[in-house]
Amino acid sequence: MTPLLKMVNVTKRFGGLTAVNNFSTELQAGELCALIGPNGSGKTTIFNLITGIYVPSEGHIYLGGDDISGKRPDVITGMGIARTFQNIRLFKGLNVLENVIVGKHLRLQSNVASAVMRLPGYDREEKEMRQTGMELLESLGLARFAYDEPTSLPYGQQRKLEIARALATNPRLLLLDEPAAGMSPSDAEELMTFIQHVLKTFELTIFLIEHQMRVVMGICPRIIVIDHGEWIAEGNPEQIQNNDRVIEAYLGASDHA
Amino acid sequence: MNFEAFLQNLSNGISLGSLYALIAIGYTMVYGILRLINFAHGDLVMLGSYVAFYGVAMFMLPWWLAFPLAILVTAGVGIVIERSAYKPLRDFPRINLFTAAVAVSFLLENLGIVIFGGRPKAFERPAFMDQMLNLGGVSIVSYTPIIIITALVLFGLLLLVIYRTKAGMAMRALSKDIEATGLMGVNTDKIIMFAFMLGSALAAAGGILWAIKFPQINPLMGVMPGLKAFIAAVLGGIGNVGGAMIGGFLLGIVEIMIVAFFPELSGYRDAFAYAILILLLLFRPTGIMGEVQAEKV
Repeated sequence: MTPLLKMVNVTKRFGGLTAVNNFSTELQAGELCALIGPNGSGKTTIFNLITGIYVPSEGHIYLGGDDISGKRPDVITGMGIARTFQNIRLFKGLNVLENVIVGKHLRLQSNVASAVMRLPGYDREEKEMRQTGMELLESLGLARFAYDEPTSLPYGQQRKLEIARALATNPRLLLLDEPAAGMSPSDAEELMTFIQHVLKTFELTIFLIEHQMRVVMGICPRIIVIDHGEWIAEGNPEQIQNNDRVIEAYLGASDHA
Repeated sequence: MNFEAFLQNLSNGISLGSLYALIAIGYTMVYGILRLINFAHGDLVMLGSYVAFYGVAMFMLPWWLAFPLAILVTAGVGIVIERSAYKPLRDFPRINLFTAAVAVSFLLENLGIVIFGGRPKAFERPAFMDQMLNLGGVSIVSYTPIIIITALVLFGLLLLVIYRTKAGMAMRALSKDIEATGLMGVNTDKIIMFAFMLGSALAAAGGILWAIKFPQINPLMGVMPGLKAFIAAVLGGIGNVGGAMIGGFLLGIVEIMIVAFFPELSGYRDAFAYAILILLLLFRPTGIMGEVQAEKV
């Protein structure tokens, strides 16, 4: 079976700095996989490469067999990849429902002219868009905030809303960049359940970056570890916890002499 | 001053203000999205009025064909400017973009002198815009209400586009976070182009109405309205479309009223606009509707 996501020898250089070095991996459809590594090890750069913010200096990225390396971010989103951000980046000034509807933009047909002239096709589409947006919010328990300013939501709900907005683009692959960052243990616990709920209900593949090991070890059957932009280990939580190179990367080299 | 004279001045101020507002919207939209003060914007005002002028005077088109055509042509030029001068510089430091805007402004002004000639031309109003109306003792020329109504209709259409269409929603999202908007599947290049198109179209409409109000056009005519509209945009809170409208009306009315109440100060008319700008920057730098924005990192 073709893997959903395949990265082959991907390298990204910024001038003299190699942020990601010869990184390869595969994600199967339906998987929930974590990407971990010390600070500055290139995790977010990998997400930026997958979503088209950066173009790989070398190597290729495939989504379900199609080469997506070098494509524009909106095109890649259209092909089925959506993401959230490390620091929440919701659209202020647009209410919660509108934030979600922006994600549906891609799937809309009607143009400005038909909207200004209020053609029947536009009215129908707008209604549908609002309805499906509401349904999405309902299924994620956010419907009661629909007309609120996103920044007025509790922190944990803002994280969920970012996931909802990403889901609105109908992704096959969802990238979560530190979804539990800044959360209390109990909030993180709730988020873990939420992520698993999303994985099942939306029939997705999820690739997530996380620092909170409780989250990673608790829900991800497979973990990939990188350090200095290079792949160093891969396996289930137990294997990772006992891997020497991982321990070395996180705690510094032990003195073997 | 009696009441009739006051009303006369007020209508004059509102019509001038609606012109400032029309032009200010283009500044504010582009700033909101790209954090760029598009200094060439004022020159699109000039371009719009010249295309309308030539449409009527040279190609003998009726005004109702020439004016919309001029708006379309100017919108097209706005898109060309964005594609050729601004888009290639988008990922560079803002100062590069800013310098490019100044360069485009000089280019348009001097091209205007070369192509249209430096001598002012007389813009001919359609006859029905040139009639004296007597509304309850107040006599005004018919172009005054026509300017105001046209501007209000255009504002209505613009707000409809911004708040009721998907492109408008994408524009609002874009002004908060370009990258995140792109990652939600919005083609940001297309939306930025669309914003330039809208702004340029409104500038052209402003230019044509300006020429109707002050029927003498020259290649540098866009400079002053451009500057004043920029002040109006800052006054209203740059980046905020509603603010630009309010700022425009306010500036127009204040300008006219100062001259009306203190005729001996009429020579200082433009100075007042700048004085307002300086005071505003001192006491309320974010403008009337502006919000304090965290610096983007």
